[in-house]
Amino acid sequence: MAIPKICGIETEYGISVRNSNEFNPILTSSLLINAYAQPAFRRVKWDYEEENPLRDARGFERPIPDGATTDDDTGLVNVILPNGSRYYVDHAHPEYSSPECSNPLDVVTWDKAGEYILERSIAAARDIAPAAVSIYKNNSDGKGNSYGCHENYLMDRNTPFPNIVKQLTPFFVTRQVFTGAGKVGTEDGSGATGFQISQRADFFEVEVGLETTFKRPIINTRDEPHADPERFRRLHVIVGDANMSELSTYLKVGTTALVLKMIEDEFITDDLTLAEPVRGMRIVSHDPTCTATLELSDGRALTAIELQWEYLRLARKYVQDVDPGEGNEDVLERWEAILESLESGGSGPREQLDWVAKMSLMEAYRDRDSLEWDHPKLKLIDLQYHDVDRTKGLYWKLVRSGKIDRLVSEERVEWAVDHPPEDTRAYFRGECLRRFSPRIVAASWDALIFDTGDEPLRKVPTLDPLRGTKEGVQSLLDASPDASTLLRNLSS
Amino acid sequence: MSPSGEQSKKPKPKKDEEQAKAEETTKAESRTEDVDELLDEIDSVLEANAEEFVRSYIQKGGQ
Repeated sequence: MAIPKICGIETEYGISVRNSNEFNPILTSSLLINAYAQPAFRRVKWDYEEENPLRDARGFERPIPDGATTDDDTGLVNVILPNGSRYYVDHAHPEYSSPECSNPLDVVTWDKAGEYILERSIAAARDIAPAAVSIYKNNSDGKGNSYGCHENYLMDRNTPFPNIVKQLTPFFVTRQVFTGAGKVGTEDGSGATGFQISQRADFFEVEVGLETTFKRPIINTRDEPHADPERFRRLHVIVGDANMSELSTYLKVGTTALVLKMIEDEFITDDLTLAEPVRGMRIVSHDPTCTATLELSDGRALTAIELQWEYLRLARKYVQDVDPGEGNEDVLERWEAILESLESGGSGPREQLDWVAKMSLMEAYRDRDSLEWDHPKLKLIDLQYHDVDRTKGLYWKLVRSGKIDRLVSEERVEWAVDHPPEDTRAYFRGECLRRFSPRIVAASWDALIFDTGDEPLRKVPTLDPLRGTKEGVQSLLDASPDASTLLRNLSS
Repeated sequence: MSPSGEQSKKPKPKKDEEQAKAEETTKAESRTEDVDELLDEIDSVLEANAEEFVRSYIQKGGQ
């Protein structure tokens, strides 16, 4: 039986300062994070001990190139927030990594909480420095530079990696039809104008690989489990777009988790291998009609939607026969509804997707103002759709005008800004931060390091993402008025 | 890229004029008042000087 698909999303946000081409994105990102994070949380260091981004899931390790520095060497800002997330500077972008979540709706909640945190950071930074900072949750500057939104799924170490590659690739190539955030123009060197479904598709060059910043692969092989490496793998998914639409995020994570479970349980016997997956990424993205076909290795030609129907058919059977788990039915229903809506066009659930909402808005502008696709106003709309400032962000305009629905209540997201999910190890991390931060010197996904002052540093490993839940540790935490007592209670 | 994409570098494909006209009319009819209202509202929050704003948005690559 497949293990629960614990999941989190990490997002590198676009950053700019108005009227300043010369701003330093690293310093500005640091300013935002430092302005937001309370001093008590700022002083807790990130523990890099278990990090190794050069370990490959295919079983080998790449030597560290000469002169390479780790994030630690460069002293970049890096904080752990009481909601269990990590908020830091990565590659000249502010990055928010959500806490570990047990279900797609929680992923939506803590991913959206990340946007709120960025929005509040801008306000907090304004009090320190007067610069007008803008933050965008997108994946491209429209000039060939891309930055990522990565999903991470807990996998069983025993699942052979080649199975993941084979059975997941056709799914990733075609799920764009509901995960795409939409983009005007192309960045694949073709110079073609128009509207495409995905922000990211133009940047994928190979089928499988370790890279994330160039020669980007559809399946990333980074093998850094952030958990017990004997039992777990963390599938690092770099092929997705950053979504504003809660339905897009929900479907992205919910459907992918189901497909991964099927792969773990060796449930997929159909061969859906694509003849040219990398080319397929662009074919799907460049076709907002969703009617272009992809050639399969067995000679069949299917549209992205038809391929998605194949996965949905399998998932239905899987949920019925193997895993009738809570929440699966809702994912199946929404998945079916979106495929039907994409197929029939017109009004319906498809209008709730980022790319469709954005394209409709642009079509309305083109219609009213007779704009060509390469008009700067459309490019501005493309960018400003993703602005996290809710007074300016066009996604938020569409929400307020009733065109896009939310899946999670405002109160729930507000709560998630300061509180961790309660059914993963993120609860233990977040609660320890909230209760004992003066006694924590460092933390990471899989450990907390305490300094109680009266004994050597103590590392508390959190190697199982499913342990450290509220149910499991709340009474222990409540019985520990201070960190020393907690450590004693943990060892007894 | 279709349907909405046009290759700007090529001349516009010659369409049957009447068909194009009919499409225009249908579009215009379907554009409801609330859409107009929404566009006006969005116009009021769009960053000034679109061309310059978009040109100056340059990011260092990431993951």
